[in-house]
Amino acid sequence: MLYAILCYDSEDVVWAWTKEEEAAAMARLGVVVEKLAKQGRLGPVARLLPTTSATTLRKGRDQLVIDGPFAETKEQLLGFYIVECTDLDQALETAKELAGASGTAGAFEIRPLAVFRPGGPVG
Amino acid sequence: MMDLAWIEAALVSARPKAVGALLRHFRDLDTAEEAFQDASLRALKHWPLNGPPRDPTAWLIMVGRNVAIDGKRRQAREAPLPEEDRLSDLEDAESPMAERLDEADYRDDVLRLLFICCHPALTLAQQIPLALRIVSGVPVREIARAFLVGEAAMEQRITRAKARIAAAALPFETPGAVERAERLDAVATMVYLIFNEGYSAAGAERDRAALAGEAIRLARLLLRMFSNEPEIMGLAALLLLQHARTPARFDAEGAVILLEAQDRGLWNRSMIAEGLALIDKAMRHRAPAPYQVQAAIAALHARAARPEETDWAQIDLLYATLERMQPSPVVTLNRAVAVSRTRGAAAALEMVEPLGDRLSGYFPFHGLKGALLCELGRIDEARTAFGRAIALAGTVAEAAHIRMHLDSLTKNS
Repeated sequence: MLYAILCYDSEDVVWAWTKEEEAAAMARLGVVVEKLAKQGRLGPVARLLPTTSATTLRKGRDQLVIDGPFAETKEQLLGFYIVECTDLDQALETAKELAGASGTAGAFEIRPLAVFRPGGPVG
Repeated sequence: MMDLAWIEAALVSARPKAVGALLRHFRDLDTAEEAFQDASLRALKHWPLNGPPRDPTAWLIMVGRNVAIDGKRRQAREAPLPEEDRLSDLEDAESPMAERLDEADYRDDVLRLLFICCHPALTLAQQIPLALRIVSGVPVREIARAFLVGEAAMEQRITRAKARIAAAALPFETPGAVERAERLDAVATMVYLIFNEGYSAAGAERDRAALAGEAIRLARLLLRMFSNEPEIMGLAALLLLQHARTPARFDAEGAVILLEAQDRGLWNRSMIAEGLALIDKAMRHRAPAPYQVQAAIAALHARAARPEETDWAQIDLLYATLERMQPSPVVTLNRAVAVSRTRGAAAALEMVEPLGDRLSGYFPFHGLKGALLCELGRIDEARTAFGRAIALAGTVAEAAHIRMHLDSLTKNS
């Protein structure tokens, strides 16, 4: 079984880390991550840019593009895609295509990645 | 167990919203600041024991308000303070409070707080320290170091600024759309100026350089509250893209390294990624304005993996756009740099020379003029221009950079 582990924290705090604090946290996490990689259990790892870089696409009949992150609490996070795009326009185009195919309401939050590590074979 | 560093970071990040809300409540800057201070002390005591509250900002506002009200009552009636435990029992109070204070309230509170700091009754030398003290919570000692004055003198400057504000009529009513836009405009300018203070000092003065980071924090704060304002996206993008280059801007001796000679491997990639993402978002609005245009120029530099790949023609066009929006000899001077790459040094010099009257006291004018003359083989004139530049250099790093040019002239002639 594959599990996703989603990271929640205050971005105010995390994005205000000094270089040293950042390096220390990454070193601590790195120990765990490398262990998982050696065991062949580590899939993709991603770190997202702050929510200020996000754009939200409201799905449904009238697709609506909104600046900022997905802020509602009525819906739950059900999954995600990671797609290579040249810019936000292409990312939105892709999201709209997926939205059209999904046939449900809800939303896609489009957020660029700060860090991506593809990971080895898992599962 | 709770990390003390986490609590401190949470207090810093809650500060603008909390002080802003307390200011709306008490309508007095000192009371609001003290109330936040008291609430912070209580947080340091209670959060490690009870765990952090669900909404730290709402907690701080509620506790700050209660403490200040109790303090006032005590002053009025000499009545004893209620028991500490009763005062801090917030489990029930927190949720309705958090619901009542939605983002829209915070938005106007923080904007008001920042707007008060750039009040026209204050000089720029007062505005920036006041904003750093009140909004960002930077200790007076650090602000004093950043501005190279003694702590007592800075304390006095801030106290005077507060007195001026207290005497002026402060805008406590909720602003209308036009007023909100005007406030946002003034505040954006102040954030930009705070950034410049830090940016120009990077490499030489560490304390002052930290202001660049503070400005980015403020820009992100504005962006989170005004998430569909393209010019705020542009401002944040501009600051991030400029700041990303800081690790590459000076050599080991502290001399300036110009953009084209910088080791691009030292540029901060995640800041660049964030800046590029923001300018992408801004452009979708099709409402170009000065910060966005400047950010777009910075983005073109950031996108070039090597200096030769820089799209100078596009940069020239963007500077021409900026000249139309915001005519200024400094913008024309910057455009001349792009022109020197696309149409050559002679064309650039032609553009630069008429600026002499207005920029005769501006260090970069003589630096660029010297470099262009040098490229055209007019060595004596170049030497004169570099000489003027050194005399006008604002920092040791700037002077050292020009001296390097002069030395190479002497060597080659």
